[in-house]
This record gives sequence, C-alpha cells and structure tokens, in this order.
Amino acid sequence: MAAYGLGATNRRLTGHGSSPGLRFTLYAFVSIVVMVLDQRGGWLTEARFLLQAAAYPLQLAVSSPSAAWAWIKESTQAREALRAENERLRARESALALRALNYEGLARENAQLRGLAHALPPIVDRWLIGEIVNVELTTLRQRLLINRGTTNGVFAGQAVLDDSGLLGQTIHIGPWSAEVILVTDPEHAVPVQIERTGLRTIAVGAGNEGTLALPYLPANADVKAGDLLVTSGLGGVFPAGYPVARVAEVHRDAIQPLAQVRAVPLARIDRDREVALVWFNDERTKNPDIQAQPAPHPSVPAGAAPAAPAPASAAASAVPAKAAAAPAKSKTSPAPKSAPKPAPEDQAEDEVQ
Amino acid sequence: MSARMREPRGRLFFTILLALFLSVVPLPAWLDAVRPAFLVLTVLYWSIAAPRAGGISLGWIAGLALDIFQGSVLGQHALALSLVTYIAVREHQKIRSKPVFQQSLIVMGELFIYEFVVFAIDGWTGHALYGPLHWLQILTGALVWPLAAALLGRSHAPR
Repeated sequence: MAAYGLGATNRRLTGHGSSPGLRFTLYAFVSIVVMVLDQRGGWLTEARFLLQAAAYPLQLAVSSPSAAWAWIKESTQAREALRAENERLRARESALALRALNYEGLARENAQLRGLAHALPPIVDRWLIGEIVNVELTTLRQRLLINRGTTNGVFAGQAVLDDSGLLGQTIHIGPWSAEVILVTDPEHAVPVQIERTGLRTIAVGAGNEGTLALPYLPANADVKAGDLLVTSGLGGVFPAGYPVARVAEVHRDAIQPLAQVRAVPLARIDRDREVALVWFNDERTKNPDIQAQPAPHPSVPAGAAPAAPAPASAAASAVPAKAAAAPAKSKTSPAPKSAPKPAPEDQAEDEVQ
Repeated sequence: MSARMREPRGRLFFTILLALFLSVVPLPAWLDAVRPAFLVLTVLYWSIAAPRAGGISLGWIAGLALDIFQGSVLGQHALALSLVTYIAVREHQKIRSKPVFQQSLIVMGELFIYEFVVFAIDGWTGHALYGPLHWLQILTGALVWPLAAALLGRSHAPR
C-alpha cells in the first residue's frame, strides 16, 4: 500500500518527507495495535485516564447549552411554583424519613433472623452525589458522563443509582469525570431477582426503546407484567435488593423455549440531573474463604467463582452482556451458547435459600 | 518548513474543534439519527483544501478524540478517519477540480467507507451494531457538504 500513489509529484505537493501512503500505513498499524490493547483491557487504562482528563473541559463545554437552558428555566420559574415544589419535597422528605426508620428496624431483624454474618446481603454504607454532565441516549449507547472521578474515590464498575432505582455502573474513569453505562445499554447486563417469586435471572439492556430484556427465562417461568425486578447482589457489582425495573410485557411463544420479557427501568434515566454513586461492603467479595466454606452443593464454588474478586467484577458482569447481544439480535437461533450461563447462578441460589 | 507559513493552521484547529463539538453535542433521538458526521466532513474539507496543513495526522488525531468522547474502542474512529483522510489527501487535486455536485458524491463514498470501517470494527469487537437508520447519515452528510465547504472556504482566504 505504501508504494501506491508515491509519485514524485505527490511527494512534492504534500510537502512532507514521507508519502501519504506510508503515513497511512503507519497510522493504521498504530490504530490496530491500540484497538487490540484497548480490547484486551488493562494495558491502556492509564492512557485512557489521561485522555479522558484532557477531554473533560470540552465535554463540559458540550453540555453547556443544555445546562444554560436549564439554568434559565430555573431562574425564571415563578415563586409560587417554587414554593409548591418546596412544600411537596418537604412532605416527601418526612415520608421518606419514616420509611428509613422502618428500614433500619427491618434490616436489624433480618440480620437476626438469618443469624449468619456471611449470609448478609451487601449493604450500602456510603454514597456520593454526582451531577450529570453529558447524556448520550442513542440506540447503541446509553451512557452518561458525571462530574465525579478518581479524585472523589470513584472506581470502575461502581454502582450508580438515582432516587427511584438502579441506573447503571461506571466504566471509564477520569480524574474528575466518569462514564456511566446505563442498564438499558445493549452492552450491559445486571443480575436481578423477581421480587414476587425470588426467581433469579439476568436483565440485559435492549437499547432501542430504553427498556430491559430478560432473555434467559424459560417459557414456563413464573413471571407476569407488573412484577418488580430488584438487584440480586450476585456478581458483586451492585448491592442487593435495589429496584431495577418493572416487567411491562411477557410474550410466550409455543415454538420458543424461552419467554420474551420486556421490563421498563424505574430510574428516571431521561429526567435525572443528579445521581448517586454507592459504596457497599460485600462480605462475600471481601472474604473469599467464607464463600467456599458452606458447600453442600458440589456446583457452588463454580457458580460463585465469577463473583469472587471485586476488581474483576465489572468484567464479570460485562461478559454475559456481550454474549447476550447476539441472541437478542438474531431470533433465529433460539438456543445460543450463552443460554447455560445463568444456570450456575440458579444452583447457587438453591444453596442460599 | 516554509509551507507552514501559508497554512491556515489556526482556523483549521478552530473549525475542527467546532466540528467535534457539533458531533458530540446531545440531540433528540430523531435528530441524532440524521446528524451528519460534521467532524468527518471538516477533516475531509481540510484534507482537500490544504493537505499539507493537517493531512493524515489530523484525521488520526480527530478520530482518536472522537473515540474518547464516544467511549468507543480506542483507535476505531482514528483508523476509519485516517483511511478516508488518506484517500482525500492522495486525490485532493482531482477532487478539488470537480464541481460541487460531484464533490458531494465523492464525499458520500468517503462517508460510506468511514461508516463501514466503524461498523466492521464494532462487529469484530463484539459491540452492538447500529440499525439501518444510521446509514442515513451518509446521505445527510453528502447533502450538507456544499454548505459546509462554502462555510469552511470562507473561513480562510482563497488561494
């Protein structure tokens, strides 16, 4: 390729020592190397970190028109409207405080009933409010940029919530900013539990309509429209018991071995301006020998293995999403390779209950 | 390098920054589907009008910036953009002498190559793929080209 288009005239006109062909070959090579390194993960994290820091000012500038518009709207809002809102928020605040009191009691009672320290689900112990800087909601990319980064202690694979449900998790981290992948992104998967029945499965982002799909439920699974999906806490990325979505429709086809289930996320993805980043203590992920200890079931260590190390948990949760993207797109192959994936989790669940 | 004196580097930098801004500014979904690839158009314009000022390095750096902003695999847009820049730089004399309508067609071809490379890398790396509507961007890009070229042409003194 380098030899092509390397005429003497061309060299003179471009004015550089090397021909465009050679330059292109060089850049193409660099691009491919960078892509492979980035795809393998790890190696380029530092570089991405620095680049993201460099890009942050421009990202702020990009979001400034909408931020300015929001500011204008807010500052011209009538006083009555503000007062009404204040009233409403105060009422809500007292209601929430009451519920929180109730929750404390329940949590303690729950711990006593279980009686086992290591059986406790991970509980959120600290959170940080971040502001949304930029929103990217297209069919393929359901991402947010928030104004918190490593200087605030944010790490990759951290759960992000809003006041009504789970939003997603952080993926790329900069010093002052972090990119959040939403639960509705087609590359995201979250381990969930149907609150009514306790059935565990994985919810994958459907992307196109801002909804979630449950692609691994068998056709005879007990699920119906209106069911609440909560995080199961498996995988160690998300704290357990947080609301994720509500099932909107269940489609059962006699030919298909799996039910087609759609769920609408509870988090107000398109209306939020602030999000909460959470830290939680997960006994199971902190202490690897605890999880191996109660093993009456031979398959348990295998099922719990992907959830073991906390740093790898982001990767662990990302894996089913990639595998799931294929069956979601092509309905022609009803039994994809990834179908057995949820099975070990089901077995692990049997053990816990 | 004596040629550097005459090159509109400041304007080039400014317009590229503006195009990057337009490429990543959040838009409603329906508008986003037909948003022309402003950054590609601008890079193409400079590759044709002033191949010595930016050239393939410009394409690569602009593509890398897009990768960072869109959170895609690093190097994906950089490769696609350096490829189309290479074609434009190599053929810049031929493209420059064509009437605007034919330039639009050439730009359409370039945009197709660009989108195809991005699409292929998305596929190979196991990312989700754009729907068929996304290819409309090629058409809107070609339609916007005469206007973009006129605006960018005004931004620097004619040769």
